[in-house]
Amino acid sequence: MQRSSRVWDSVKYLSLVIAAFAILFPPYIIIVNAFKTKEEFQTKSSISLPDSFLNFSNFGAAFKSADMTTAFGNTILIIGVTLVLNILIGSAFCYAVGRFNFKFKGAILGLFLFATIIPSITTQVVNYKTIQALDLTNNLMGPVLIYVGADILQIYIFLQFIRNIPYELDESAMLEGASLFRIFRSIIFPLLAPATATIVILKTISIYNDMFIPYLYLPRPEHVVVSTSLMRFFGVNSGDWQMISSAILIIMIPTAVLYMFLQKYIFAGVTSGAVK
Amino acid sequence: MLSRLSFNTQKKLIIFLFVSVPLLLLLTFAYYPALELFRISFTSWDGLSPDRTWIGWDNYKEVFSNSSIFGVFKHNLAYFVVGIVQNILAIYFAVVLNSKLKGRNFFRLLLFLPYILNGVAVAYLFGYVFDTTNGSLNYLLGQLGFGALSETSWLGNGSFVNYTLASIGLWRFMGFNMVIYLAALQSIPSDLYEAASIDGANGWKQFVHITLPNIYKIIELNLFLTVTGALEVFDLPFVLTKGGPAGASETFVMKIIETAFQFNNYGLASAMSVVLLLFVVIVLSIQRFLLNRKGE
Repeated sequence: MQRSSRVWDSVKYLSLVIAAFAILFPPYIIIVNAFKTKEEFQTKSSISLPDSFLNFSNFGAAFKSADMTTAFGNTILIIGVTLVLNILIGSAFCYAVGRFNFKFKGAILGLFLFATIIPSITTQVVNYKTIQALDLTNNLMGPVLIYVGADILQIYIFLQFIRNIPYELDESAMLEGASLFRIFRSIIFPLLAPATATIVILKTISIYNDMFIPYLYLPRPEHVVVSTSLMRFFGVNSGDWQMISSAILIIMIPTAVLYMFLQKYIFAGVTSGAVK
Repeated sequence: MLSRLSFNTQKKLIIFLFVSVPLLLLLTFAYYPALELFRISFTSWDGLSPDRTWIGWDNYKEVFSNSSIFGVFKHNLAYFVVGIVQNILAIYFAVVLNSKLKGRNFFRLLLFLPYILNGVAVAYLFGYVFDTTNGSLNYLLGQLGFGALSETSWLGNGSFVNYTLASIGLWRFMGFNMVIYLAALQSIPSDLYEAASIDGANGWKQFVHITLPNIYKIIELNLFLTVTGALEVFDLPFVLTKGGPAGASETFVMKIIETAFQFNNYGLASAMSVVLLLFVVIVLSIQRFLLNRKGE
Protein backbone atom coordinates (compact mmCIF):
# COMPACT_ATOMS: atom_id res chain seq x y z
CA MET A 1 0.00 0.00 0.00
CA GLN A 2 2.71 2.40 1.09
CA ARG A 3 4.88 1.54 -1.90
CA SER A 4 2.19 1.75 -4.53
CA SER A 5 1.21 5.21 -3.32
CA ARG A 6 4.82 6.34 -3.60
CA VAL A 7 4.94 5.06 -7.19
CA TRP A 8 1.70 6.88 -7.92
CA ASP A 9 3.15 10.06 -6.45
CA SER A 10 6.17 9.92 -8.75
CA VAL A 11 3.95 9.21 -11.76
CA LYS A 12 1.86 12.25 -10.85
CA TYR A 13 4.84 14.56 -10.60
CA LEU A 14 6.51 13.17 -13.68
CA SER A 15 3.39 13.70 -15.78
CA LEU A 16 2.94 17.21 -14.42
CA VAL A 17 6.52 18.10 -15.26
CA ILE A 18 6.08 16.76 -18.80
CA ALA A 19 2.84 18.74 -19.18
CA ALA A 20 4.50 21.87 -17.83
CA PHE A 21 7.31 21.44 -20.32
CA ALA A 22 4.88 20.94 -23.21
CA ILE A 23 3.00 24.07 -22.23
CA LEU A 24 6.01 26.28 -21.60
CA PHE A 25 8.24 25.17 -24.45
CA PRO A 26 6.47 27.07 -27.30
CA PRO A 27 6.21 30.38 -25.40
CA TYR A 28 9.82 29.95 -24.21
CA ILE A 29 11.00 29.84 -27.82
CA ILE A 30 9.08 32.99 -28.62
CA ILE A 31 10.41 34.81 -25.56
CA VAL A 32 14.09 34.03 -26.20
CA ASN A 33 13.89 34.88 -29.88
CA ALA A 34 11.97 38.11 -29.44
CA PHE A 35 15.05 39.60 -27.77
CA LYS A 36 17.56 38.49 -30.40
CA THR A 37 19.09 40.71 -33.05
CA LYS A 38 18.95 39.57 -36.64
CA GLU A 39 22.58 38.45 -36.50
CA GLU A 40 22.13 36.54 -33.29
CA PHE A 41 19.08 34.88 -34.74
CA GLN A 42 21.00 33.61 -37.74
CA THR A 43 24.04 32.38 -35.83
CA LYS A 44 22.50 30.89 -32.70
CA SER A 45 20.21 27.93 -32.26
CA SER A 46 16.55 28.74 -31.85
CA ILE A 47 16.39 27.55 -28.24
CA SER A 48 19.44 29.45 -26.95
CA LEU A 49 19.11 32.53 -24.76
CA PRO A 50 19.61 35.97 -26.30
CA ASP A 51 22.70 38.04 -25.47
CA SER A 52 20.57 40.51 -23.61
CA PHE A 53 17.00 40.59 -22.40
CA LEU A 54 17.19 44.36 -22.70
CA ASN A 55 17.20 44.41 -26.47
CA PHE A 56 13.73 45.82 -27.08
CA SER A 57 14.38 46.93 -30.65
CA ASN A 58 12.25 44.14 -32.15
CA PHE A 59 9.33 45.14 -29.98
CA GLY A 60 9.53 48.76 -31.04
CA ALA A 61 9.78 47.85 -34.69
CA ALA A 62 6.97 45.28 -34.50
CA PHE A 63 4.72 47.63 -32.56
CA LYS A 64 5.16 50.30 -35.18
CA SER A 65 5.05 48.24 -38.33
CA ALA A 66 2.04 46.17 -37.22
CA ASP A 67 0.27 49.44 -36.41
CA MET A 68 -0.52 48.19 -32.94
CA THR A 69 -1.47 51.62 -31.62
CA THR A 70 -4.46 51.56 -33.97
CA ALA A 71 -5.03 47.84 -33.33
CA PHE A 72 -5.13 48.18 -29.54
CA GLY A 73 -7.21 51.35 -29.79
CA ASN A 74 -9.80 49.68 -32.01
CA THR A 75 -9.86 46.52 -29.89
CA ILE A 76 -10.35 48.48 -26.67
CA LEU A 77 -13.11 50.56 -28.25
CA ILE A 78 -14.94 47.47 -29.51
CA ILE A 79 -14.59 45.72 -26.15
CA GLY A 80 -15.67 48.82 -24.22
CA VAL A 81 -18.81 49.57 -26.20
CA THR A 82 -19.77 45.88 -26.36
CA LEU A 83 -19.40 45.47 -22.61
CA VAL A 84 -21.46 48.56 -21.74
CA LEU A 85 -24.30 47.53 -24.06
CA ASN A 86 -24.14 43.89 -23.08
CA ILE A 87 -24.26 44.59 -19.37
CA LEU A 88 -26.99 47.22 -19.62
CA ILE A 89 -29.21 45.17 -21.87
CA GLY A 90 -28.45 41.88 -20.14
CA SER A 91 -29.02 43.08 -16.58
CA ALA A 92 -32.18 44.99 -17.52
CA PHE A 93 -33.60 41.93 -19.27
CA CYS A 94 -32.83 39.73 -16.31
CA TYR A 95 -34.44 42.22 -13.93
CA ALA A 96 -37.66 42.18 -15.95
CA VAL A 97 -37.64 38.41 -16.34
CA GLY A 98 -36.39 37.60 -12.86
CA ARG A 99 -38.79 39.85 -10.98
CA PHE A 100 -42.08 39.99 -12.87
CA ASN A 101 -44.54 37.65 -14.46
CA PHE A 102 -45.96 38.49 -17.82
CA LYS A 103 -47.53 36.94 -20.85
CA PHE A 104 -45.22 34.86 -23.04
CA LYS A 105 -42.44 35.02 -20.43
CA GLY A 106 -41.89 31.27 -20.67
CA ALA A 107 -41.88 31.39 -24.45
CA ILE A 108 -39.40 34.27 -24.56
CA LEU A 109 -37.05 32.53 -22.14
CA GLY A 110 -37.41 29.40 -24.24
CA LEU A 111 -36.34 31.37 -27.32
CA PHE A 112 -33.21 32.54 -25.51
CA LEU A 113 -32.46 29.02 -24.28
CA PHE A 114 -32.94 27.43 -27.68
CA ALA A 115 -30.77 30.05 -29.39
CA THR A 116 -27.69 28.62 -27.68
CA ILE A 117 -27.79 25.62 -29.96
CA ILE A 118 -27.61 27.74 -33.12
CA PRO A 119 -23.87 27.93 -33.81
CA SER A 120 -23.12 31.57 -34.61
CA ILE A 121 -20.36 30.60 -37.02
CA THR A 122 -22.99 29.17 -39.39
CA THR A 123 -25.20 32.23 -39.47
CA GLN A 124 -22.52 34.73 -40.53
CA VAL A 125 -23.37 34.30 -44.20
CA VAL A 126 -26.72 36.00 -43.49
CA ASN A 127 -25.54 38.28 -40.67
CA TYR A 128 -23.00 39.72 -43.05
CA LYS A 129 -25.85 40.81 -45.31
CA THR A 130 -27.76 42.26 -42.34
CA ILE A 131 -24.75 44.31 -41.26
CA GLN A 132 -24.33 45.43 -44.85
CA ALA A 133 -27.97 46.50 -45.04
CA LEU A 134 -27.49 48.52 -41.84
CA ASP A 135 -24.48 50.16 -43.51
CA LEU A 136 -22.18 48.95 -40.76
CA THR A 137 -19.55 47.03 -42.71
CA ASN A 138 -16.19 48.76 -42.41
CA ASN A 139 -17.43 50.27 -39.20
CA LEU A 140 -16.27 49.27 -35.74
CA MET A 141 -19.90 49.16 -34.62
CA GLY A 142 -20.62 46.25 -36.97
CA PRO A 143 -18.73 43.69 -34.85
CA VAL A 144 -20.11 45.36 -31.72
CA LEU A 145 -23.64 44.70 -32.91
CA ILE A 146 -22.76 41.07 -33.70
CA TYR A 147 -21.17 40.56 -30.29
CA VAL A 148 -24.09 42.22 -28.49
CA GLY A 149 -26.78 40.52 -30.53
CA ALA A 150 -25.58 36.99 -30.93
CA ASP A 151 -23.92 36.09 -27.65
CA ILE A 152 -26.22 35.58 -24.71
CA LEU A 153 -23.85 34.25 -22.10
CA GLN A 154 -24.50 37.30 -19.93
CA ILE A 155 -28.18 36.44 -19.69
CA TYR A 156 -27.43 33.07 -18.14
CA ILE A 157 -25.00 34.50 -15.65
CA PHE A 158 -27.29 37.37 -14.62
CA LEU A 159 -30.36 35.14 -14.39
CA GLN A 160 -28.60 32.66 -12.12
CA PHE A 161 -27.46 35.52 -9.96
CA ILE A 162 -30.63 37.60 -9.68
CA ARG A 163 -32.55 34.63 -8.28
CA ASN A 164 -30.34 34.73 -5.21
CA ILE A 165 -31.10 38.38 -4.44
CA PRO A 166 -34.00 38.36 -1.94
CA TYR A 167 -37.20 39.94 -3.20
CA GLU A 168 -37.75 41.58 0.22
CA LEU A 169 -35.18 44.17 -0.79
CA ASP A 170 -37.39 45.25 -3.70
CA GLU A 171 -40.48 45.24 -1.52
CA SER A 172 -39.08 47.42 1.21
CA ALA A 173 -37.77 49.90 -1.38
CA MET A 174 -41.22 50.01 -2.97
CA LEU A 175 -42.77 50.76 0.42
CA GLU A 176 -40.41 53.69 0.72
CA GLY A 177 -41.70 54.98 -2.58
CA ALA A 178 -38.85 54.17 -4.91
CA SER A 179 -39.79 53.70 -8.55
CA LEU A 180 -39.03 50.38 -10.22
CA PHE A 181 -36.40 52.03 -12.42
CA ARG A 182 -34.73 53.32 -9.30
CA ILE A 183 -34.88 49.92 -7.63
CA PHE A 184 -33.19 48.41 -10.64
CA ARG A 185 -30.55 51.12 -10.84
CA SER A 186 -29.74 51.62 -7.15
CA ILE A 187 -30.44 48.21 -5.61
CA ILE A 188 -30.42 45.37 -8.11
CA PHE A 189 -27.71 46.52 -10.49
CA PRO A 190 -25.11 47.17 -7.75
CA LEU A 191 -25.90 43.80 -6.18
CA LEU A 192 -25.27 42.11 -9.53
CA ALA A 193 -21.66 43.38 -9.40
CA PRO A 194 -20.00 39.95 -9.00
CA ALA A 195 -21.91 38.65 -12.03
CA THR A 196 -21.02 41.80 -13.93
CA ALA A 197 -17.35 41.29 -13.10
CA THR A 198 -17.44 37.72 -14.39
CA ILE A 199 -19.06 38.88 -17.63
CA VAL A 200 -16.55 41.70 -18.09
CA ILE A 201 -13.62 39.30 -17.73
CA LEU A 202 -15.01 36.51 -19.93
CA LYS A 203 -16.15 38.84 -22.71
CA THR A 204 -12.96 40.87 -22.69
CA ILE A 205 -10.93 37.72 -23.20
CA SER A 206 -13.21 36.24 -25.82
CA ILE A 207 -13.47 39.43 -27.90
CA TYR A 208 -9.76 40.14 -27.58
CA ASN A 209 -9.00 36.64 -28.83
CA ASP A 210 -11.58 36.55 -31.62
CA MET A 211 -10.32 36.69 -35.18
CA PHE A 212 -13.29 35.50 -37.23
CA ILE A 213 -15.66 38.46 -36.78
CA PRO A 214 -13.10 41.27 -37.28
CA TYR A 215 -11.58 39.43 -40.23
CA LEU A 216 -14.99 39.21 -41.86
CA TYR A 217 -16.40 42.63 -41.02
CA LEU A 218 -13.35 44.90 -40.79
CA PRO A 219 -11.14 44.36 -43.83
CA ARG A 220 -9.74 47.89 -44.00
CA PRO A 221 -6.28 48.67 -42.53
CA GLU A 222 -7.60 51.53 -40.40
CA HIS A 223 -10.01 49.13 -38.66
CA VAL A 224 -7.36 46.61 -37.77
CA VAL A 225 -7.74 44.90 -34.37
CA VAL A 226 -5.19 42.97 -32.36
CA SER A 227 -5.80 39.57 -33.97
CA THR A 228 -5.90 40.85 -37.54
CA SER A 229 -2.88 43.10 -37.05
CA LEU A 230 -0.79 40.03 -36.29
CA MET A 231 -2.07 38.32 -39.45
CA ARG A 232 -1.16 41.33 -41.56
CA PHE A 233 2.24 41.61 -39.90
CA PHE A 234 2.98 37.95 -40.51
CA GLY A 235 2.09 38.30 -44.17
CA VAL A 236 4.68 41.04 -44.61
CA ASN A 237 7.43 39.67 -42.36
CA SER A 238 7.12 35.89 -42.80
CA GLY A 239 10.45 34.21 -42.10
CA ASP A 240 11.64 37.08 -39.90
CA TRP A 241 10.96 35.05 -36.79
CA GLN A 242 12.62 37.33 -34.25
CA MET A 243 10.28 40.15 -35.34
CA ILE A 244 7.23 37.89 -35.41
CA SER A 245 8.13 36.51 -31.99
CA SER A 246 8.08 39.97 -30.47
CA ALA A 247 4.75 40.78 -32.14
CA ILE A 248 3.29 37.51 -30.79
CA LEU A 249 4.52 38.37 -27.30
CA ILE A 250 3.07 41.87 -27.38
CA ILE A 251 -0.32 40.38 -28.22
CA MET A 252 -0.17 37.54 -25.71
CA ILE A 253 0.84 39.61 -22.72
CA PRO A 254 -2.39 41.54 -21.97
CA THR A 255 -4.62 38.48 -21.42
CA ALA A 256 -1.83 36.65 -19.62
CA VAL A 257 -1.47 39.54 -17.16
CA LEU A 258 -5.23 39.72 -16.72
CA TYR A 259 -5.19 36.01 -15.99
CA MET A 260 -2.50 36.27 -13.32
CA PHE A 261 -4.56 38.79 -11.38
CA LEU A 262 -8.07 37.44 -11.96
CA GLN A 263 -7.53 33.67 -12.09
CA LYS A 264 -10.18 32.90 -9.49
CA TYR A 265 -12.93 34.76 -11.35
CA ILE A 266 -11.84 33.30 -14.65
CA PHE A 267 -12.02 29.72 -13.37
CA ALA A 268 -15.44 30.33 -11.84
CA GLY A 269 -16.73 32.13 -14.93
CA VAL A 270 -15.53 29.48 -17.35
CA THR A 271 -17.16 26.75 -15.31
CA SER A 272 -20.54 28.47 -15.01
CA GLY A 273 -20.42 29.50 -18.68
CA ALA A 274 -19.78 25.97 -19.89
CA VAL A 275 -22.32 24.24 -17.69
CA LYS A 276 -25.17 26.62 -18.61
CA MET B 1 -41.33 61.70 -11.79
CA LEU B 2 -41.55 58.04 -12.54
CA SER B 3 -42.57 57.22 -9.01
CA ARG B 4 -45.81 59.08 -9.66
CA LEU B 5 -46.88 56.38 -12.08
CA SER B 6 -48.61 53.43 -10.49
CA PHE B 7 -46.47 50.35 -9.94
CA ASN B 8 -48.58 48.55 -12.46
CA THR B 9 -47.82 51.08 -15.20
CA GLN B 10 -44.16 51.12 -14.24
CA LYS B 11 -44.09 47.37 -14.39
CA LYS B 12 -45.58 47.31 -17.88
CA LEU B 13 -43.13 49.95 -19.04
CA ILE B 14 -40.16 48.07 -17.61
CA ILE B 15 -41.21 44.77 -19.08
CA PHE B 16 -41.72 46.32 -22.49
CA LEU B 17 -38.48 48.32 -22.52
CA PHE B 18 -36.23 45.77 -20.87
CA VAL B 19 -37.44 42.77 -22.83
CA SER B 20 -38.04 44.19 -26.31
CA VAL B 21 -34.45 45.26 -27.04
CA PRO B 22 -32.70 41.95 -26.30
CA LEU B 23 -35.54 40.08 -27.93
CA LEU B 24 -35.23 42.18 -31.08
CA LEU B 25 -31.46 41.55 -31.15
CA LEU B 26 -31.95 37.84 -30.64
CA LEU B 27 -34.48 37.62 -33.44
CA THR B 28 -32.31 39.70 -35.80
CA PHE B 29 -28.99 37.96 -35.22
CA ALA B 30 -29.93 34.41 -34.29
CA TYR B 31 -33.39 33.41 -35.57
CA TYR B 32 -33.74 35.52 -38.69
CA PRO B 33 -30.36 34.36 -40.10
CA ALA B 34 -31.14 30.74 -39.26
CA LEU B 35 -34.45 30.90 -41.16
CA GLU B 36 -33.04 33.02 -43.97
CA LEU B 37 -30.27 30.45 -44.47
CA PHE B 38 -32.89 27.83 -45.27
CA ARG B 39 -34.54 30.11 -47.81
CA ILE B 40 -31.32 31.17 -49.56
CA SER B 41 -30.12 27.57 -49.65
CA PHE B 42 -32.81 26.77 -52.20
CA THR B 43 -31.71 29.57 -54.55
CA SER B 44 -28.73 30.34 -56.76
CA TRP B 45 -28.26 33.79 -55.22
CA ASP B 46 -24.82 35.40 -55.74
CA GLY B 47 -25.16 37.73 -52.76
CA LEU B 48 -25.61 40.87 -54.83
CA SER B 49 -28.10 40.72 -57.64
CA PRO B 50 -31.83 40.97 -57.01
CA ASP B 51 -32.16 37.71 -58.92
CA ARG B 52 -32.84 34.85 -56.55
CA THR B 53 -33.80 31.95 -58.75
CA TRP B 54 -35.40 29.05 -56.91
CA ILE B 55 -33.43 25.92 -57.75
CA GLY B 56 -34.93 23.44 -55.31
CA TRP B 57 -32.61 20.84 -53.78
CA ASP B 58 -29.74 21.40 -56.25
CA ASN B 59 -27.44 23.04 -53.67
CA TYR B 60 -27.99 20.19 -51.24
CA LYS B 61 -27.30 17.62 -53.96
CA GLU B 62 -24.07 19.50 -54.65
CA VAL B 63 -23.08 19.51 -50.95
CA PHE B 64 -23.55 15.78 -50.56
CA SER B 65 -22.33 14.59 -53.95
CA ASN B 66 -19.30 16.84 -54.45
CA SER B 67 -16.52 15.13 -52.51
CA SER B 68 -14.50 18.34 -52.38
CA ILE B 69 -17.27 19.77 -50.18
CA PHE B 70 -18.63 16.99 -48.01
CA GLY B 71 -15.30 15.11 -48.03
CA VAL B 72 -13.79 17.99 -46.10
CA PHE B 73 -15.46 16.59 -42.97
CA LYS B 74 -12.72 13.94 -43.06
CA HIS B 75 -10.33 16.71 -42.05
CA ASN B 76 -12.59 17.67 -39.17
CA LEU B 77 -12.44 14.06 -37.99
CA ALA B 78 -8.81 14.55 -36.91
CA TYR B 79 -9.94 17.23 -34.47
CA PHE B 80 -12.49 14.86 -33.01
CA VAL B 81 -9.95 12.05 -32.54
CA VAL B 82 -7.46 14.38 -30.87
CA GLY B 83 -10.35 15.86 -28.86
CA ILE B 84 -10.97 12.44 -27.28
CA VAL B 85 -7.31 12.23 -26.24
CA GLN B 86 -7.64 15.77 -24.93
CA ASN B 87 -10.57 14.74 -22.71
CA ILE B 88 -8.73 11.71 -21.34
CA LEU B 89 -5.74 13.90 -20.46
CA ALA B 90 -8.06 16.51 -18.97
CA ILE B 91 -9.72 13.94 -16.68
CA TYR B 92 -6.32 12.56 -15.70
CA PHE B 93 -4.89 15.96 -14.78
CA ALA B 94 -8.11 17.00 -13.05
CA VAL B 95 -7.86 13.92 -10.81
CA VAL B 96 -4.16 14.55 -10.18
CA LEU B 97 -4.69 18.20 -9.36
CA ASN B 98 -7.66 17.42 -7.16
CA SER B 99 -5.50 15.30 -4.85
CA LYS B 100 -3.24 16.65 -2.13
CA LEU B 101 -0.12 17.79 -3.89
CA LYS B 102 2.61 20.35 -3.53
CA GLY B 103 2.43 23.08 -6.15
CA ARG B 104 -1.16 22.18 -7.01
CA ASN B 105 -2.27 25.74 -7.65
CA PHE B 106 0.76 26.50 -9.75
CA PHE B 107 0.12 23.55 -12.06
CA ARG B 108 -3.57 24.35 -12.25
CA LEU B 109 -2.75 27.89 -13.29
CA LEU B 110 -0.18 26.72 -15.81
CA LEU B 111 -2.30 24.05 -17.48
CA PHE B 112 -5.14 26.48 -18.06
CA LEU B 113 -2.90 29.29 -19.31
CA PRO B 114 -3.02 28.46 -23.05
CA TYR B 115 -6.80 28.84 -23.10
CA ILE B 116 -6.72 32.58 -22.42
CA LEU B 117 -4.05 33.41 -25.00
CA ASN B 118 -4.93 35.05 -28.31
CA GLY B 119 -5.76 32.38 -30.90
CA VAL B 120 -3.91 34.03 -33.79
CA ALA B 121 -0.81 34.48 -31.62
CA VAL B 122 -1.02 30.82 -30.58
CA ALA B 123 -1.30 29.77 -34.22
CA TYR B 124 1.88 31.61 -35.21
CA LEU B 125 3.61 30.47 -32.04
CA PHE B 126 3.16 26.93 -33.30
CA GLY B 127 3.97 28.01 -36.81
CA TYR B 128 7.43 28.59 -35.41
CA VAL B 129 7.53 25.41 -33.33
CA PHE B 130 6.53 23.27 -36.33
CA ASP B 131 8.63 25.07 -38.94
CA THR B 132 10.63 22.49 -40.90
CA THR B 133 14.04 24.16 -41.03
CA ASN B 134 14.00 26.80 -38.26
CA GLY B 135 11.44 25.09 -36.07
CA SER B 136 12.24 24.37 -32.48
CA LEU B 137 10.48 20.99 -32.45
CA ASN B 138 12.72 19.61 -35.18
CA TYR B 139 15.73 21.13 -33.48
CA LEU B 140 14.77 19.43 -30.25
CA LEU B 141 14.21 16.10 -32.00
CA GLY B 142 17.60 16.39 -33.67
CA GLN B 143 19.30 17.07 -30.33
CA LEU B 144 17.56 14.10 -28.76
CA GLY B 145 18.91 11.84 -31.49
CA PHE B 146 15.80 11.39 -33.63
CA GLY B 147 17.67 12.46 -36.75
CA ALA B 148 15.16 11.07 -39.23
CA LEU B 149 12.18 12.63 -37.49
CA SER B 150 13.84 16.00 -37.23
CA GLU B 151 13.30 16.75 -40.88
CA THR B 152 9.56 16.25 -40.77
CA SER B 153 7.44 18.89 -42.44
CA TRP B 154 4.77 18.97 -39.75
CA LEU B 155 2.49 21.42 -41.52
CA GLY B 156 3.43 20.51 -45.07
CA ASN B 157 2.47 16.87 -45.20
CA GLY B 158 -1.10 16.30 -46.28
CA SER B 159 -1.44 12.96 -44.55
CA PHE B 160 -1.05 14.29 -41.02
CA VAL B 161 -1.31 18.08 -41.21
CA ASN B 162 -4.75 17.92 -39.59
CA TYR B 163 -3.36 15.98 -36.64
CA THR B 164 -0.58 18.53 -36.26
CA LEU B 165 -3.18 21.31 -36.22
CA ALA B 166 -5.47 19.40 -33.88
CA SER B 167 -2.60 18.90 -31.45
CA ILE B 168 -2.33 22.69 -31.22
CA GLY B 169 -6.01 22.62 -30.29
CA LEU B 170 -5.18 20.09 -27.60
CA TRP B 171 -2.46 22.37 -26.24
CA ARG B 172 -4.91 25.25 -26.18
CA PHE B 173 -8.06 23.64 -24.81
CA MET B 174 -6.99 20.75 -22.57
CA GLY B 175 -6.81 23.10 -19.56
CA PHE B 176 -10.31 24.38 -20.28
CA ASN B 177 -11.76 20.86 -20.15
CA MET B 178 -9.67 20.17 -17.07
CA VAL B 179 -11.09 23.15 -15.17
CA ILE B 180 -14.63 21.95 -15.89
CA TYR B 181 -13.74 18.42 -14.70
CA LEU B 182 -12.06 19.86 -11.62
CA ALA B 183 -15.21 21.75 -10.66
CA ALA B 184 -17.17 18.52 -11.01
CA LEU B 185 -14.65 16.56 -8.93
CA GLN B 186 -14.78 19.12 -6.16
CA SER B 187 -18.52 18.70 -5.87
CA ILE B 188 -18.22 14.97 -5.07
CA PRO B 189 -18.70 14.62 -1.28
CA SER B 190 -15.44 13.48 0.32
CA ASP B 191 -17.15 11.05 2.71
CA LEU B 192 -17.82 8.80 -0.29
CA TYR B 193 -14.09 8.32 -0.64
CA GLU B 194 -13.61 7.92 3.10
CA ALA B 195 -16.23 5.20 3.25
CA ALA B 196 -14.64 3.47 0.28
CA SER B 197 -11.17 3.42 1.76
CA ILE B 198 -12.53 2.01 5.02
CA ASP B 199 -14.04 -0.76 2.91
CA GLY B 200 -10.57 -1.31 1.46
CA ALA B 201 -11.11 0.06 -2.07
CA ASN B 202 -7.84 1.22 -3.59
CA GLY B 203 -7.29 4.36 -5.62
CA TRP B 204 -8.13 2.84 -9.00
CA LYS B 205 -11.30 1.20 -7.68
CA GLN B 206 -12.37 4.49 -6.14
CA PHE B 207 -11.78 6.19 -9.48
CA VAL B 208 -13.88 3.65 -11.39
CA HIS B 209 -16.71 3.29 -8.89
CA ILE B 210 -16.97 6.75 -7.36
CA THR B 211 -15.24 9.36 -9.49
CA LEU B 212 -16.35 8.27 -12.97
CA PRO B 213 -20.06 7.79 -12.20
CA ASN B 214 -20.16 11.13 -10.41
CA ILE B 215 -18.66 13.11 -13.26
CA TYR B 216 -20.49 11.18 -15.97
CA LYS B 217 -22.67 14.15 -16.92
CA ILE B 218 -19.68 16.43 -17.18
CA ILE B 219 -17.82 13.94 -19.35
CA GLU B 220 -20.85 13.92 -21.59
CA LEU B 221 -20.93 17.72 -21.69
CA ASN B 222 -17.24 17.91 -22.56
CA LEU B 223 -17.58 15.28 -25.27
CA PHE B 224 -20.38 17.23 -26.91
CA LEU B 225 -18.30 20.39 -26.71
CA THR B 226 -15.55 18.39 -28.42
CA VAL B 227 -17.85 17.23 -31.22
CA THR B 228 -19.28 20.68 -31.94
CA GLY B 229 -15.82 22.21 -31.62
CA ALA B 230 -14.45 19.73 -34.16
CA LEU B 231 -17.31 20.51 -36.56
CA GLU B 232 -16.70 24.26 -36.29
CA VAL B 233 -12.89 24.43 -36.55
CA PHE B 234 -11.82 27.52 -38.41
CA ASP B 235 -9.12 29.81 -37.11
CA LEU B 236 -6.13 27.49 -36.65
CA PRO B 237 -5.97 26.09 -40.19
CA PHE B 238 -7.10 29.40 -41.65
CA VAL B 239 -4.25 31.31 -40.03
CA LEU B 240 -1.54 28.71 -40.19
CA THR B 241 -1.89 26.71 -43.40
CA LYS B 242 -4.59 28.56 -45.36
CA GLY B 243 -6.01 25.09 -45.91
CA GLY B 244 -2.84 23.75 -47.48
CA PRO B 245 -0.96 21.78 -48.58
CA ALA B 246 -3.24 21.44 -51.60
CA GLY B 247 -6.43 21.75 -49.56
CA ALA B 248 -5.46 18.94 -47.16
CA SER B 249 -6.26 21.00 -44.06
CA GLU B 250 -9.36 22.86 -45.24
CA THR B 251 -12.25 22.59 -42.81
CA PHE B 252 -15.94 22.81 -43.51
CA VAL B 253 -16.31 26.34 -42.11
CA MET B 254 -13.38 27.51 -44.25
CA LYS B 255 -15.20 26.06 -47.27
CA ILE B 256 -18.35 27.96 -46.36
CA ILE B 257 -16.54 31.28 -46.01
CA GLU B 258 -14.68 30.71 -49.27
CA THR B 259 -17.84 29.73 -51.15
CA ALA B 260 -19.75 32.77 -49.93
CA PHE B 261 -17.20 35.54 -49.87
CA GLN B 262 -14.73 34.54 -52.58
CA PHE B 263 -16.90 32.71 -55.09
CA ASN B 264 -20.06 34.68 -54.27
CA ASN B 265 -22.08 31.51 -54.27
CA TYR B 266 -24.42 32.41 -51.43
CA GLY B 267 -26.93 29.74 -52.30
CA LEU B 268 -24.43 26.92 -51.99
CA ALA B 269 -22.75 28.47 -48.93
CA SER B 270 -26.16 28.71 -47.24
CA ALA B 271 -26.91 25.07 -47.98
CA MET B 272 -23.54 24.16 -46.46
CA SER B 273 -24.31 26.30 -43.42
CA VAL B 274 -27.68 24.60 -43.04
CA VAL B 275 -26.02 21.18 -43.14
CA LEU B 276 -23.53 22.24 -40.44
CA LEU B 277 -26.28 23.86 -38.41
CA LEU B 278 -28.37 20.70 -38.52
CA PHE B 279 -25.40 18.54 -37.51
CA VAL B 280 -24.72 20.74 -34.49
CA VAL B 281 -28.40 20.98 -33.56
CA ILE B 282 -28.76 17.19 -33.77
CA VAL B 283 -25.66 16.62 -31.65
CA LEU B 284 -26.76 19.14 -29.03
CA SER B 285 -30.34 17.88 -28.98
CA ILE B 286 -29.07 14.39 -28.23
CA GLN B 287 -27.05 15.87 -25.40
CA ARG B 288 -30.02 17.79 -23.94
CA PHE B 289 -32.17 14.69 -24.28
CA LEU B 290 -29.64 12.55 -22.42
CA LEU B 291 -29.23 15.18 -19.72
CA ASN B 292 -32.95 15.54 -19.15
CA ARG B 293 -33.50 11.81 -19.09
CA LYS B 294 -30.89 11.49 -16.34
CA GLY B 295 -32.40 14.40 -14.47
CA GLU B 296 -35.73 12.64 -14.05
